[in-house]
This record gives sequence, C-alpha cells and structure tokens, in this order.
Amino acid sequence: MKTAQAESQTATNGATMTPVEKASPQAAETHPVKMTARKVNVFYGAKQALFDVDLEIRDNAVTALIGPSGCGKSTFLRCLNRMNDVIDNCRVSGEIRLGDTNIYGAHIDPVLLRARVGMVFQKPNPFPKSIYENIAYGPRIHGMAERRAQMDEIVETSLRKAALWDEVKDRLQEPGTGLSGGQQQRLCIARAIAVNPEVILMDEPCSALDPIATARVEELIDELRENYTIVIVTHSMQQAARVSQRTAFFHLGNLVEEDETDQIFTNPRDKRTQDYITGRFG
Amino acid sequence: MTTGAAPASFVSDAALKRLQKRKAADRRLKYYGLGAIGIALLLLATLVTSLIITGHTAFLQTHVTYPVYLDPAKIDAQDPDKGNYRSIVRDSFAALFPDVTGVREKRALSDILTSAAPYILRDKVVADPELIGETIDFTVPVSDPFDQFMKGNIKRETAEDDRRVTNQEIAWVDRLMADGRLSKPFNTGLLTNADSRFPEMAGLAGAITGSFFALLVCFLISFPTGIAAAVYLEEFAPKNKFTDLIEVNINNLAAVPSVVFGLLGLAVFLGTFGLPRSAPLVGGMTLALMTLPTIIITTRASLKAVPPSIREAALGIGASKHQVMMHHVVPLAMPGILTGTIIGLAQALGETAPLLLIGMNAFITSPPGGILDPSTALPTQIFIWADSPERGFVSRTSAAILVLLGFLIAMNAIAIYLRRKFERRW
Repeated sequence: MKTAQAESQTATNGATMTPVEKASPQAAETHPVKMTARKVNVFYGAKQALFDVDLEIRDNAVTALIGPSGCGKSTFLRCLNRMNDVIDNCRVSGEIRLGDTNIYGAHIDPVLLRARVGMVFQKPNPFPKSIYENIAYGPRIHGMAERRAQMDEIVETSLRKAALWDEVKDRLQEPGTGLSGGQQQRLCIARAIAVNPEVILMDEPCSALDPIATARVEELIDELRENYTIVIVTHSMQQAARVSQRTAFFHLGNLVEEDETDQIFTNPRDKRTQDYITGRFG
Repeated sequence: MTTGAAPASFVSDAALKRLQKRKAADRRLKYYGLGAIGIALLLLATLVTSLIITGHTAFLQTHVTYPVYLDPAKIDAQDPDKGNYRSIVRDSFAALFPDVTGVREKRALSDILTSAAPYILRDKVVADPELIGETIDFTVPVSDPFDQFMKGNIKRETAEDDRRVTNQEIAWVDRLMADGRLSKPFNTGLLTNADSRFPEMAGLAGAITGSFFALLVCFLISFPTGIAAAVYLEEFAPKNKFTDLIEVNINNLAAVPSVVFGLLGLAVFLGTFGLPRSAPLVGGMTLALMTLPTIIITTRASLKAVPPSIREAALGIGASKHQVMMHHVVPLAMPGILTGTIIGLAQALGETAPLLLIGMNAFITSPPGGILDPSTALPTQIFIWADSPERGFVSRTSAAILVLLGFLIAMNAIAIYLRRKFERRW
C-alpha cells in the first residue's frame, strides 16, 4: 500500500510514533504522527502572524486547515516545507519535525526538504513547457531517472496517480498551459507526486476551479491519502468535511482547535470554532 | 446609507449641461492626442522626405565606359603592381577626343574621370594579369562635378562662371552621352567602398564594418554583464542601503550624457590602458558603458514580469535558487531581455559623441580587418561627410543617414518581432 520510500520513512519514525493524546482511539491505530509542530511562531517583520502553534499531522490522512482569511493557515502550511524562507522579512521560531528530524535544524537543506514535502498551489501553475517536461523536471533535477525509459515510467505513473493519464497520454508533448484549469491543477499534483514526496501540502487547490473540476480533485485527494500525508488549506467548510479526516481551526494566528473532522463539525469544543463553522463570521 | 440628498436626475437642465461639458472635454482630449500624433508624424515625414530628396541621388553613380589599351610597354608584366596606369587611363580617354590637343584642355578632359581611375585599373590588372596587351572596356565613375551635372544638381542654364563645369566640359559630356558611354547604375560603391577623398569613390563599407565590430564588442561585454547584474539585483541582493545605492546609481548611469562616457573611455581605455586609438574595440567598450544600464533596467523589468507562481512551482518541487533562475525565470524573461538588448544596441549604433572622443572619426580608406584596426563608425562617418565641402558629400551624407536609419529600423523591427513571437500571457 505504501511506496518503498514512505515505508523506510515510517521506519525512522519509530521514536516519534509513541502515542500522544488522541482524539479518538481509532485515529491512533491507523494514523501515526508524521509531522509535529511545537511552539511555532512566525513573524513578518515586526508583525506576528502565528502564535505558539502546536499541531500534529498524521500519516495517510488528510488534515484540513480552516479559518477566516488572514488567520495564518497558509503561513503555517508554508512553514511545513520552508517556503517562507524565500520571503525576505519572514522569521520562524519553534520546532517542526518531519519524522524525527527538525526541519528547521542547522544541517537541513530546504531544497531537499521540499522534495520530501511537496506543494500544490492555489492557482494552477504548470511550467510553460510540455506536459511531459512538467512532470519530468523534478525527477531530473533530483537525479531520479538515469535513462529515458525510467523517466517515461515516472511520468506515466505520476500522471496515472493524478488521474490525468488517460486524458493526456496522446499529447504529452503539448504545452501544459493548454490544459483546462482542473487538468492543470491535476498536472501540478502529478508534478508534486513525481519526486515521490512523503507529504503533500495543498494551498486552496480548488479555489480557482469550477465545481466539476473541484469534485475530481477532491476525489483524487482521497485516493492519494493511501500513499501520502496530505495537508490542505481550504476556505470551503464543505470541502474540509468531504476530504479530510482531521481538521485544524485557526483564528487570528492561533490554533484554536484540532480534532477529528467529524468532531469539529458536529461537536466543536471552542465557541469560536462553532461560530465559524456555522457561518457567523469569516 | 441615506444621505438626504435627492437622487441624481438624468433629465434636469443642470445634469444635461454637465453631460454636454463632460462630452466636450472628452472630445477635446481626443483631439489633443490626435494633434500631437499628427505633429510627430509630420516632423518624421519632413525628416525622411528631406533626407530622401537630398540623398537619393547618392544611390546612383554616373559611370563612363571606354576602351582602354593595356600597353605592355607601360606595365611590368612580372609585377603588374608597377606601371604607368595614369598615362594609360588618360591616353585611352584622350583618344576618344582626337580634336583636343592643348595640354590644358587634355588635363581638363582627363578630369572628367575620377582621380582614382588609375588605381581601379591597376587593381583590375593585378587581379587578372592576362589582360596586359589587350584592349578592354573600362568602366569608371566620373568625377564629382560631372556626376552632379548628370544628376541635374549642376544646371546647364547657370552662368558658366557660377558652375563647376565649363561649357567646354559640358560639350565633352554631351558627346560621351551621344556615344552612349555614360551610364547611371545603382551605386554599389556606396556600400562596398571605404571612405575616400573623392566623393564619387567614397563609400560606407569601412563605417559599416567598424560599427559592426564596435557593436559586437559592446554586445559581448554588456549582455552577459547586464544579465548577471540584473539577476543578482533582482533575485539575490539583500534589501539594504548598499543595494539601494547601487540601484539609484544604475538608474543615474542611464541618464549620463554620452559625451561623458566618451571622455571616460578616452581617459581610461586609451590613457590608462593604452588601447589603440580609433579602434572598434575601444568604441565598443565605451558604448558598452552606455548600453549596460539599459540592459540592466530592461532585464530587471522582464525578470519581475515572470509571475511568482512559476518561481513557487519550481521551489515547491525542490529546485535550488539557481535552478529556479536558470531553468525557469531567465528563459521566460529572455524575449524581454533580448528586446531590451537590441534597443540598447540600436541606441549605441546611433551614438556619435563618445566615438568622436576616442578618435573613431579618423580618415581611413580601408575597412577594418579586426577590432584593433583603426576605423570609423556609421554616425561618425556621417559627421565626417557632413563636414566635407564637396557637393557629392552632401548627398552622400543624406544617403549615409538613410542607411543608418535603415539599420536602426531593422534592429527595432527584430526587437518587435521577437517580442511578438515569444510574448507569453499568464
């Protein structure tokens, strides 16, 4: 069920797999912790965007980050693969572990980290190159294929996993930008999968798509859960309810509540969560 | 949100009046714009028309064709370089007019031919020594006054004392014409000859080659340097006082008058480094100083225009900073960079002042063989010719300007073509 790489990763995870407090016993059995955030604070210049966030992200599950605009959910997501590093005045403190490695440790190369923690963005952003090149680019820069045949295989597998193969197999050399919005987003997902990451971060992946394309991407996210850990930022509560197993609610830079998705949507503990999911603000 | 004011009326007098005023203002604005464009077009049309009117005659050149006997007694068959070609040319020409006998008349007669005629004949014989001893049809340009007379720039009706050609000479020319010996083909010499003291022989080959070499040097220096500087400033430089200072100075550099760059080139490249005077190498280096800020500024603008989503996409799958730049951002910015470079080079092509200061306005009668040979450039050649008093150089100056404009238009057309072809919408 898991890829070889993910398996070896789980093996190294042993230390952190010691049970932490779980919302439901069922989750503890099936979903070991994949990433752990401890006391994460993020500053943009003098302005603090996140306050002491503690969160565990579980393997083979979809974690949804919800909350009103500007609550810091995207900021938190970008901490998980150090995409915030490229922002000039952004400063991150605290600890985020992938397995048992602190990804903000001194010896960690953010470039390699991003190969292990892939990302899909809000707006589909395929490279203005062929469909094939879009997928092949990542494996090539990471030296994952020595021969053309291997690369062809990676491209095909990635596109199959992203449920796009049948639609594009006859036009792999056509530009990726010529696809429809939904296909482009699935191409971006395939591109992220191609470098064989352990975690895939998705920053509102469906907000630029129509309902039908959204449904396809959601279906895909559900399938990908088998092999990957997925963290998704979404503005749509229905989407969070549909695709995620766990949900974290952010408000004004604080992590208010994190639990099983069912629990959050049916029986939230915090008043703010309740107000938000019932549409009283946000 | 009620304010208490009555809702706007579409039909009240005041409203209609305001409407009329607004429409009139819109119309006025439109006409001002049209007027401005009209004036600009009119000025351009005046410039080009006047250039064509003065310059078009320089694209034709009057030639005379007559039989020349290559007397073996006057040419050294072993070394055809040596020979009394002057006498050959003159005697053969005089043979057409047996009635002309006086020494002065004979000299005046031979003045119809360009003074360079003996050299043209010599080159012909050197190229093909077999010709010695034969009679060939020899075609040479006529000297400038007769060329101008044939083109109508010197009028027959003018009083004899006021024109460069005498009645006697006109009679000779009429006879040559009646014999069908005069022709006015396209003046290929204008593009294939280098500069000369004789307008009928002067051409732009030296200037065009010199400009080409200078631009080549300019491109080789400013293109890589400009891109590297822009990439650093745009993608790597930390935001601090120092980089701000650099930025301000680059923008200022673009506004520095070109003559100052010329002085800099004179002092540094010629004075300190002792590079050869008048060489396209120095010209190109000086022009590169001017082109550099243009390239840096346009390159930065094109790098900025590449959407951040592409950078994020590449970073997100684990590309390093240099991979993001070299695999994605720079290739996507390349059309814009090339457009900026070509426009910068086009500016450099037309630049005169710095080249005058480093001596690229020398009188040089052969095209440069490399970047170290002394040479002129197109704009400096125009400057030299504009300074020359002969009638022939007046039209050649205009013709040279037209050639320069032709190159500029071609370069800008390439820039527009590249932009259109590779333009990307996001």
